[in-house]
Amino acid sequence: MVKYSITWTYSQIMSRVLTWEKQNLISIEPLSLTEINTIFSLARYYKEGIESGQLKFDALEGRTVINLFLEPSTRTRLAFEIACKRLSADCISVSGGASSLSKGESLKDTAHNIVALGADVIIMRHSSSGSADYLSKTVDTPIINAGDGSHAHPTQALLDAFTLTERLGDVKNKKVTILGDILFSRVARSNIHCLLKLGAKVTLAGPNTLVPKEFEAMGVTVSHNLKDALEDADAIMLLRIQHERQTSTHFPSIGEYTTSFGLNERRAHWIKPNAIIMHPGPINRGVEIDSKLADSSNSVILEQVKNGVFVRMAILHLCHAAHTQTQISLPK
Amino acid sequence: MTQYTWIKNGLVIDPANDREAVGDIFIKEGLIVESLSDSEKAEATQFDAKGYVVAPGLVDIHVHFREPGQTYKEDIASGSRAAAAGGYTSVVCMPNTSPVCDNAGTLERINNSIEKEAVIHVYTTGCLTLGMKGEALAPTGQLKQAGIVAVTDDGLCIQNNEIMRRAVEYATLHKLPIMDHCQDGSLTENAVMHEGEVSLKLGLKGWPRAAEDIIVARNIILSELTGARIHMQHVSSYHSVELLRIAKAKGINVTGEASPHHIEFTDACIGDYNTLFKMNPPLRTEKDRLALIEGLKDGTLDCIATDHAPHSPTEKDCEFDKAPFGIIGLENALASTLETLYHSKELSLKEVVALMTHKGAEICDLPAGTLSVGASGDVCIFDPDQKWTVDAEAFKSKSRNCPWNGRTLRGQVKATFVGGKEVFRLR
Repeated sequence: MVKYSITWTYSQIMSRVLTWEKQNLISIEPLSLTEINTIFSLARYYKEGIESGQLKFDALEGRTVINLFLEPSTRTRLAFEIACKRLSADCISVSGGASSLSKGESLKDTAHNIVALGADVIIMRHSSSGSADYLSKTVDTPIINAGDGSHAHPTQALLDAFTLTERLGDVKNKKVTILGDILFSRVARSNIHCLLKLGAKVTLAGPNTLVPKEFEAMGVTVSHNLKDALEDADAIMLLRIQHERQTSTHFPSIGEYTTSFGLNERRAHWIKPNAIIMHPGPINRGVEIDSKLADSSNSVILEQVKNGVFVRMAILHLCHAAHTQTQISLPK
Repeated sequence: MTQYTWIKNGLVIDPANDREAVGDIFIKEGLIVESLSDSEKAEATQFDAKGYVVAPGLVDIHVHFREPGQTYKEDIASGSRAAAAGGYTSVVCMPNTSPVCDNAGTLERINNSIEKEAVIHVYTTGCLTLGMKGEALAPTGQLKQAGIVAVTDDGLCIQNNEIMRRAVEYATLHKLPIMDHCQDGSLTENAVMHEGEVSLKLGLKGWPRAAEDIIVARNIILSELTGARIHMQHVSSYHSVELLRIAKAKGINVTGEASPHHIEFTDACIGDYNTLFKMNPPLRTEKDRLALIEGLKDGTLDCIATDHAPHSPTEKDCEFDKAPFGIIGLENALASTLETLYHSKELSLKEVVALMTHKGAEICDLPAGTLSVGASGDVCIFDPDQKWTVDAEAFKSKSRNCPWNGRTLRGQVKATFVGGKEVFRLR
């Protein structure tokens, strides 16, 4: 892949030149720390622009982005659609039941058809782990992974890390605890990789059937003791219990989960007073998190959602530009 | 006219007869003979094997030739030619065809194809249960009369212990070995690879060794109860090797096979969701791999069998969890096994040849795997050191799902003879 540069002019980042080589975002693993920071810089640029009143940018003007969502989603799909529209792209969403995949067409053929129709970027959510990687090897169109099975959800991890750095500054050596259904969670996996790259100390917590010790091979601490996991944490990331992925054998009941691992006010005393509470959504109030805590000043849940648009704008812009190998100057 | 074959000057390795010396092999009217007369020699087809190993034709007691029903993947003609190209002269086909081979009629249909199309000895197995459903016994006696050499529900392990107990008990009446694909289905639902660090990282559902170990233990116990000869197919777990070792020490009538891929690869080979490394049982860890090799060395595992499982390129070209299990291996099994066991100095050449010839033949009582006088003139001639690069596109098999594709291996088959007739020659 040829290196190319993005130059833009903006009050705070005047004349900064960033390099970006990757046309796909499949997972966090291949990203360098520099690349993560490049995404954050561009996301910040868009955030500041939008918050100061500029609602449209022309980075993807005239381009067609296909949102291929083969699993249900509200937040991620909307965030991508809004990100596309802010970048002036034509964004079309296709959902699983309405696609030809439900008629037996293979993913490969579906992808080739989407490319033939003129897609410039494909965003995909799919129930099979590895499907985004497979798609990126099938077509030469930029692929952005919006979640593949239990494997990866890189844009979520990046927006989480972006939100964390906004709140905590440098997250190096900060303790981040991810609590809940880790086994089936692509959000957790991508967050583990992203947080470790940023130098955070990551603890995984939850019942042993959903948080197996083998995760420690990734460089994290696994704790089945909630108090240990929550104490001294600078940030808690809560995950939803994913009924749709588990067989009933992994945990007795939602009630039992709440009793043993739900974040309630009593347990919230274990965390630092200024620790932040995160959740990728959708939240189940009263299950993994007490309703009051979800709405407390510690909670950054809606900031995550907001940042999701800016981070995805940055990713869309970078991946598309890498593919077209064009140098782009952003207008003021 | 009588047919004579004279294979000269090769290093003859015939483990069953403890023979390893430079010499000649003579074949007359399809059978190995002590020698030929001068006039017979003059008439004989000659093959100069100087510098090569002359071994009994290889024996594989675990292949899938997909006929009838899935002949777009493989059929008896293509499968037997693939086998011949890999040095194999006798193979045992699994009965999970479409329809499955659970009655003499289907078996007759398969036998007809073998008669017409096969270039090597192709043996058949029958299902243990009707439809491989694990519910009611298949007519083992009728299948035996029609020629099967073993019974198995390969691919679909019988889950009900009472059915398994009766099935193996009944098979012993007909003096048939039982071959079992050891898998507790309740532990492997929707699982697509070994459960461990790699599956966690890839976000793929894994299955633990225990799924195999539990059934291996059950089979050992049922063998002791009934006296049935139970053969554990493609053992993949170190713990199963330990269980077999204990059982054999107690004199229980069980055997086990290892496949070339399980002794060479680990789950890490799946890398970025490469479906060519997706098979059942799955590739496990280095610890398991080494335990399998140890098992082959000390006799706990009896033989090498490929589990040659052809699938079309389209079927394997998809999301990892949607791809079918299975890989092909007949055409490179000798080379990859030589790499893993011989060139790595784990076993001698003679020991490797034994694992790939008479040891497997003995499990299914096949008249194969030796160069004894009077045996079928089945010979595999190979150069153990010759390097070659696996090119699946050039395979005789109809399928290409070979994880060794592109690898350079030592050990090249030069020619294969069945009943004294050349069925493969490297060009």
